[in-house]
Amino acid sequence: MDKLREKAAALLADGTVTMVLGYEEGTNKPRPVFCHTAEQASKLVYSSQCINNLAVYLTKKEIMGTGKVAIIATIPTLRSILQLSVENQLNEDNLVVITVMDKDEVKQFANFAEIEAYIADFQLKLDGKEQEIINKLEGMSREERFKFWMEEMSHCFKCYACRAACPLCYCTKCIVEENRPQWINPWAAPLANMEWQINRAMHMAGRCTGCGACGDACPVGIPIHLLTRKMMEDLAPEFGFTPGQPSKNGNALSTWKADDKENFIR
Amino acid sequence: MTIDKITNEAPGVKTFKLKFQNEEEANAFNFKAGQFGEYSAFGEGESTFCIASSPTRKGYIECTFRETGKVTSGLADLEEGSTMGFRGPFGNTFPMDEWKGKSLVFIAGGIALPPMRCVIQNALDLRENFKDITIVYGAKSVNDLVYKDELKEWADRPDVNLVTTVDPGGETPDWKGEIGFVPSIVDKTAPSPENTIAIVCGPPIMIKFTFPVLEKLGFKDDQIYTTLENRMKCGVGKCGRCNVGKLYVCKDGPVFSKEQLNNIPAEEY
Amino acid sequence: METKYISKNGLNEWFSQIVKSGKRVYAPVEERGKVEFKKVQALSEVAEEYIQTTQSIKSAVFPRAEVLFSYEKENGQVKVDDFNPDTVKETVLWKVHPCDAAGFKPLTAIFNWDYTDKLYNAHLEKTTLVTFSCAKADKSCFCTSVNGGPGNTTGSDVLLTMLPDGGAIVEILTPKGEALVQLAASAFEKDKGEDKSKYLADVPLTFDLEEVRARLATAFDSPVWKEQSERCIGCGACAFVCPTCACFDIQEDAHGSKGKRIRCWDSCGFSLFTLHTSGHNPRAVQSQRWRQRILHKFSYMPDRLSVFGCTGCGRCSRACPVDMNILEHITSISKK
Repeated sequence: MDKLREKAAALLADGTVTMVLGYEEGTNKPRPVFCHTAEQASKLVYSSQCINNLAVYLTKKEIMGTGKVAIIATIPTLRSILQLSVENQLNEDNLVVITVMDKDEVKQFANFAEIEAYIADFQLKLDGKEQEIINKLEGMSREERFKFWMEEMSHCFKCYACRAACPLCYCTKCIVEENRPQWINPWAAPLANMEWQINRAMHMAGRCTGCGACGDACPVGIPIHLLTRKMMEDLAPEFGFTPGQPSKNGNALSTWKADDKENFIR
Repeated sequence: MTIDKITNEAPGVKTFKLKFQNEEEANAFNFKAGQFGEYSAFGEGESTFCIASSPTRKGYIECTFRETGKVTSGLADLEEGSTMGFRGPFGNTFPMDEWKGKSLVFIAGGIALPPMRCVIQNALDLRENFKDITIVYGAKSVNDLVYKDELKEWADRPDVNLVTTVDPGGETPDWKGEIGFVPSIVDKTAPSPENTIAIVCGPPIMIKFTFPVLEKLGFKDDQIYTTLENRMKCGVGKCGRCNVGKLYVCKDGPVFSKEQLNNIPAEEY
Repeated sequence: METKYISKNGLNEWFSQIVKSGKRVYAPVEERGKVEFKKVQALSEVAEEYIQTTQSIKSAVFPRAEVLFSYEKENGQVKVDDFNPDTVKETVLWKVHPCDAAGFKPLTAIFNWDYTDKLYNAHLEKTTLVTFSCAKADKSCFCTSVNGGPGNTTGSDVLLTMLPDGGAIVEILTPKGEALVQLAASAFEKDKGEDKSKYLADVPLTFDLEEVRARLATAFDSPVWKEQSERCIGCGACAFVCPTCACFDIQEDAHGSKGKRIRCWDSCGFSLFTLHTSGHNPRAVQSQRWRQRILHKFSYMPDRLSVFGCTGCGRCSRACPVDMNILEHITSISKK
């Protein structure tokens, strides 16, 4: 931990950055922390217990301010940073990206291209329990799958923690907040919840990097990250991107090219 | 309630005259100037507007609104004779009894004249209760002035001093009123603070610049009243939306004196 | 107020009589790795080893979505069908904790101050609370710091304190509780004189509530709000799991000429909560919304409604994706 804290303190002390975004000890597991001074850098921790995706703060102007900021990124966070960059949401010059490797070795990336090369070595994987659910879903008929997700949706109460925790949900006005027309019913009920989650999965299509933050954030234990994850894996071969790597060909559902083979849009 | 009459006041602004659908309700209904209601467009939702007519005029109420969002667009689509919903009256009232014997200065901008019209009409209906009555009303342009017919009535009365103004650039060739923003016209009109109450209503920016003018003219904070706009839904102090500090705009307001406003955090409304 | 004893067998008997009477019984059930209130038919379904349910049981009196009225339009006229209190079913909330029962006090205050809410009261009237004292607590619990306690009776109709023999001390607190007990009167025995406090969890005091309230009265412009809320991501998890949060939205479920007006849960933490149609938003940044949450619960509500808006159940802290630990935040304010 010392090397990380020293590095962060140095960046703050010499004014390279105005803030270091990392993790500190929390009640049961590490939680996000914003270090504004070199002294505060002593709070920083890093471990496999750091599961919040800090990239979610990179698009919040009220937090980021206008200066240069450093972010201590886990592998999932690095993936989100690359996707945000592909979507033109980040200014590479204003961001210092640091990760922590084995034996507490600190690595500062020179640029986003270096991040891309680095994460290519890390496979996207699910833990045993999650893989079990995916396998179960793959073995189900369409009706059974719908029944499974409707049962999960009966627990959802539309707190939008999934949306709030996702680094790629950065719309200033979410579709559920639009009322002309009211695309999605705002109250919590199984079908109204399903409408919301299907919509979110569609908007995540080709963009989700499989970080699992949505599922971790859900207070009622819905494995919602598996819905977007499965969407990602189903789309990858069709649209030519690798799960977990930034989609360089554009987002599956919002990129139009003149030579698209479907012609209904013309 | 039934929409008895629709008046197109200005581009996008309408006045509805509403009548009760049964006599019992009409007879039982009572309100005081300053109160508001929740008006329903069935199929769209509810919107909050003040009751823009005076309680001295029985049998009907009026509301004036600008077509801005989902509900107001739904209301704007309704025709005379159709039914819409009303919940109310809610909120507190202008303390007109306390103002007996005083002079009144009404200052309003644009679509903020409706919340004041109830108390203006109320004061004019009980004209002998008040000394001088001055009305300073301005809008972006001549076309944006609301209650055009009533403004003529007020202008013609010898016992009312009506000053209308439009923003520079909003005048027409035959405009005979003032040209200038409301705060500067208030300054020009220079109403005396002696035994006078000033009632101000308008967009936040107008209020921000009018208060200092009134202060300069010698008005104390307990002589200045306004009615606050806030996002409201239930209207009865339950849903939490209009909560400003300890107060609920729907219950403790919407009428507040400047003295009361000084005690609530300005950034919250 | 009467105290009795009930044996393990007596409890089983009483429970089955309650179910037989036709009342709906909601109790904590373990499912999907969480413990939540669900409708149950047998005592065996009820969860045993857990500290707290994820969600509160306020949904029994304040459902997450409920119909205020339905309407039908025809030829410019409208027919309205109002909420019918007779449709509310008799409900028993079994094995709520004292912090949950205490939560009904601020809820009732909100829904009854000045204007009385017909729907809330209709639900509450038909709801009986059977509360179980807490033998265990975790580090997110702080009921004792907010005028509560693991064996507190506030808001309960019957309070049970479990004993090592599988039976319980029964405190019958209200006429509703008495009526419920009467469903199996023979299952209850004379009070054995056990001291309840021996079986309660230890929940240490962490802050002085009145001290906090006094500090908050002058804390509006303090930088503490920005400091504490930096990591808040602005979801509604805390408000929705909270037993006392009651802010709601009113929405229209319109289908052509028919529709329903619906009341549903909302949160002051959402960015659009205070947004005016003009585009002006008085609470545009999260620090203002966090301040509102704390001031409302610990300053405005006690000033206005004479009741605090927090029962120390700790649910918000446990549910928060970024560990906005309310106990930590309030303790920090009390020490500033």
